This record gives sequence, C-alpha cells and structure tokens, in this order.
Amino acid sequence: MTATTVSQRVPARQATTRGRRQVDWRTRYFNWFCVSVLLVFAAIWVIPLIWAADTSLKPDGEIAVNPTTWWSSHFTFAAYRTVLGVGNIQTWYLNSFVISLLAATLSIIVCSMAGFALARTRFRWQRALFALTAVGLLIPSQVLIVPLFKEFNAVHLLNTYWVQVLPAIVTPPIAVFIFYTFFNGIPNELAESAHMDGAGWFHIYRKIYMPLTRPAISAVFIFTFVWKWNDFLWPLLTMTNPRTMTLPVGLSQVSSDYGIQYAEIMASAVLGALPLLVVFLLFQRRIVEGVSTTGLK
Amino acid sequence: MAIQTIALDTPVPVRITDDRTRRPADNRAGWGMAAPFVVIYVIFLIGPTLYGLVMSFFNSSLQRNGLGSAAGLGNYAEAITSADFWSAMWHTVLFTLMTTPPLVVVALLLAIFTDRLRRGRWFYRLVFFAPYVIPSASVALVFTWLYTPGIGLYGTWLEDIGLTAPNWLADPDWAMASVALATVWWTLGFNFVLYLAGLQEIPRDLYEAASVDGASQFTQLRRITLPLLRRTTVLIVALQIIASLKIFDQVYLMTAGGPNFATRVSLMYVYDYGFTDFRTGYAAAASMLYMLLILAASLGWFILSRRQRREA
Repeated sequence: MTATTVSQRVPARQATTRGRRQVDWRTRYFNWFCVSVLLVFAAIWVIPLIWAADTSLKPDGEIAVNPTTWWSSHFTFAAYRTVLGVGNIQTWYLNSFVISLLAATLSIIVCSMAGFALARTRFRWQRALFALTAVGLLIPSQVLIVPLFKEFNAVHLLNTYWVQVLPAIVTPPIAVFIFYTFFNGIPNELAESAHMDGAGWFHIYRKIYMPLTRPAISAVFIFTFVWKWNDFLWPLLTMTNPRTMTLPVGLSQVSSDYGIQYAEIMASAVLGALPLLVVFLLFQRRIVEGVSTTGLK
Repeated sequence: MAIQTIALDTPVPVRITDDRTRRPADNRAGWGMAAPFVVIYVIFLIGPTLYGLVMSFFNSSLQRNGLGSAAGLGNYAEAITSADFWSAMWHTVLFTLMTTPPLVVVALLLAIFTDRLRRGRWFYRLVFFAPYVIPSASVALVFTWLYTPGIGLYGTWLEDIGLTAPNWLADPDWAMASVALATVWWTLGFNFVLYLAGLQEIPRDLYEAASVDGASQFTQLRRITLPLLRRTTVLIVALQIIASLKIFDQVYLMTAGGPNFATRVSLMYVYDYGFTDFRTGYAAAASMLYMLLILAASLGWFILSRRQRREA
C-alpha cells in the first residue's frame, strides 16, 4: 500500500517493482469493489431517514393518491405546524431534556465519588462494596420493572421526574467502574503526597482528580444522557400522563392520534429523531471515541 | 441502551490492596464519598432485585399494596408449565438468532471496507452510526410506514422487480423478520464503530510485510485481520446477544406482540402479565426465569473471554 516503506525494506528492487505493480492492480480493483459495496449499504441506510423526511414534507392528500413518489410539487411544512401546534411535543422535549440532564449530571457526581472512594481511599467493607457493585452490572434493568414500579407506586412518585432520574443514576452501575478504572490510571503518588500535606480526601477528589478525568466525564455524560433520552420501557410504565411523558413515550402514541395522516406521523418521527441527530453531527468524533474506548476497555 | 450493552465488558480488577493501615479518618472519608451511591444503589437496584425475588413467591397484585398471599413455588410451576411462557422465551431467542449474525457479520464487512479507505471514513461512520442515536419510537414509526402493505416503500420496491411483497408486520411468518430487519438498521452502527476501533489497533506494518511477501488481499484478511480481531469479535457477539435478548421496544411499538402472539417476546410477556393483568407476583417469577437466560449468556461470555485472556 505505502510504496516507500516497501522499497526501503526489500533490497532487490527490480523484482519487487514488478510484484508491486501486480499487487497494486489487484488492490485497486478490490478498493473499487469495497467502495461500491459501501455506497450501496450507505444508500440502504440513509433511505429510511430521507424517505421519512420526504413524506413529512408532502401534503396528506398527495400521499394518499401517490404514496411512493419522491417528488412533490407542493412541498410544505404544514405537517410540522400541526404536530408542533396541536400536540404536546414541546412538553415532551422539555421533560426528556430535564430528565436526561439530571440523570447524567447526578450520575457523574454520585458515581465518580464512589469510584474515587473505591480506587483511592481505604475503608472497611471496601471489597464487599466492590463486589456488590459488580453484581449490579449483571442485573438487567428490565427485570426490575415490576418491583421498582410497586416501590414508586407505594410512595406516590409515579409521573414525576424522580421516578426517571433516581434509578438512572445507578442503573447500571457501569459509571462507577469507568471512573474507578480512570482514577486508577492516575498515579497514586498524587493522592498520597497531597494527603501527606494534609489535604482531605474530598478535596483531593475535587481539586486534583476530577479535573484530570475529563474524558471519563464526557463519556459518562454522553452515554447516560443518550441512554436516558431514548429509554422507553420504564418511562412507558411510569409516565402515563401526557403532561409528564418523555419524547419516546409521547411518540409512541402519535400513530393513534394521526391515523393515516402519514405526513404528520413522519413529521413526529423526524422531530423525535432530530435533537440527538444534531448533537451527534456536532460531536461525532467525541461520541464515537466514547463508544470505542468505553466499549473496549 | 448504549450504556447497558457496554456494561458487562468493563474489566473488574478486584485487587484492592490493604497495604496501608486503615485509619478511622480514612474509613469515614471513604464511606462518606461512597455513601450517596450506596444509598441510591441499594434503594433502586439491589432492593428491587431482592423485592422481585421475594414477590415471585407470592400472589402479589398491582391493585393492592404489599405482597399478598404466599404462593410458594406456584408462580414458577405455572410459568414452567405454560406453553405461552415458553413460546415467549423462544421468540426472544429467535429474535436473537435473527439479529446477531447480520449485526456482527455485516458490521465487520463494512468496517473492514471502510478501514481501507483513505478518505471519507467519517461519512460512513456518520451514515451507519446515526440511526443508533434515534429513539426506538421514531424508528418504529418510520419502519411501520415503510412496511405498510400496498403503499409502503419496501413492498412497492419488491413488486417493481416482480416479487410478491409479504404482508410484513401483519403476517405471523414475517412479523419477527421485519422487526429484526428494522433492528439491524437501527443498531448496526454500534458494532460497526467497535470494529473500526479494533481495526485501527492492528499495526499497519503487518500488512506491509505481508504484501511484500506477496500475500493477497484475501490471505491478509484471513491471516491477519480476522485473527487479530478475535477479541473484538467475542466482545461484540456477546454484547449483541445480551442486547438482543432484551428486545422489547421494537416489538411493543411495531406489532404489540402480534399478530396472534407471533412476536410476543419475554419482556412483552412480563409486561402483559404484570401491567395488563396486574399479576405482579407471577410477572416477577417470569422475570426471574428470563433473567436466568440473560445470565447464562453473560456467563458463557465470561468463561470464553477468561479462556482467551489465559491464552494471550
């Protein structure tokens, strides 16, 4: 592939030049093949999104007559006006935003402190706490829906932000381990010497360790935020009032609201997809890095 | 979803050395900082898990507080002898079997191809990963529209090339496959990104050395790329199986478990019994059995990756 290194390594130049030319020729065909396969798959992948956006911009009457044409002579934002004007979608946006923000922020604060305690301080029952936290990784949150629902029902907290935020801080407790691993990667001497100088552990955590933990903080923030924003089953069970619904739960009701008004339905779908798509476009690199580092480490 | 699928992979280095003597002040500081987590964790994760376990031995109901009358092993016996319960379990496994191979193989191929590009990688990463950040509700709305019999885009395409379009979500034989197809579209990007990261860790000079020795592209793929991606592949397969076993959203939104219960998966079953019939005791028992399925998958992965680590 990179010709310079090849020629440097191999003493017999002439022989390799011929060989390389042959390889290059085959490589080029193979590269063309790769690009065409990729383009086909890319097309398959973007079509649903483009088609949804396209449908949402057509008048309902036209969709009824000619459902599968891409072009319309009367592209219109009417469906968006209907969805934004009539429905509760603004409320759902706000609910989802507040819940995801609270969950992500609190998760960072609570889990980083626990991760620091486990990684850098010594306390009784430390191993037990570590093991108990690890057990939590194995418990799928989905099997908790029945008991957790009864718990919140008993204290009358259904249809509040609390029912969404509180379990999301610790479920699953992966953030503790992300911070734990990260803090362990920071030299222990830093904490030791500060402690010798008389700094309290909380001070060491806040002033020395947290500022060095930016990548872990942003990874945990992004994941908790995105996960909570898209969370469906738990909000579906606990946020039954249209005023308290999150965006995904609200969207699950719109197909019954709009029946066969496909433009309105697709406009709702697009509006539901848009916020995180925009965020993803803006922070593509960081999000992808977050996935690959936390996913692989 | 993302955070749940990655949850199991974090290495758990349980090596807390007690090389320093614990002082009471340190003890207080440690517990003080762990306290908020411990409290929330016990109330909202450990507590409910134990509560669910206890509840599964009682005739609990959603309509009254408390546990209700004792049922002994009655709930478990009922679930184990219920054909509906097993058919829901089978649908969960079937969905996993339908989604895991394409989500791993297609992601791998696309990642290998993308990794070869000199320019434009960001474009494919964008296109394949973007659906992953969309809420399941939006995905379901879009695919229900694409699948609409007679006027949906996919059916029309098939008819354009002379095939008879299936009735997608309304046909018991096709419903699960249709949900699986939408899921592949939705979640492939996650595996794709993990594979891309894995590919980037393979040293380039390995390929250069191989091509100097005259190894063809295919040989390089078979002898270098795939073996060096083994760890990544084990990880991705395991995460995918566990994620697929947790299927609920797409089924609930696109078919509601129908037609004729053909797509009712385990979580849907729990949902139906717990929140439609209000039989929370029975639903808790079904949840516990379902958790065993997921734990079995996690355990299998744990054993496999340990063996792999020992080999390495």
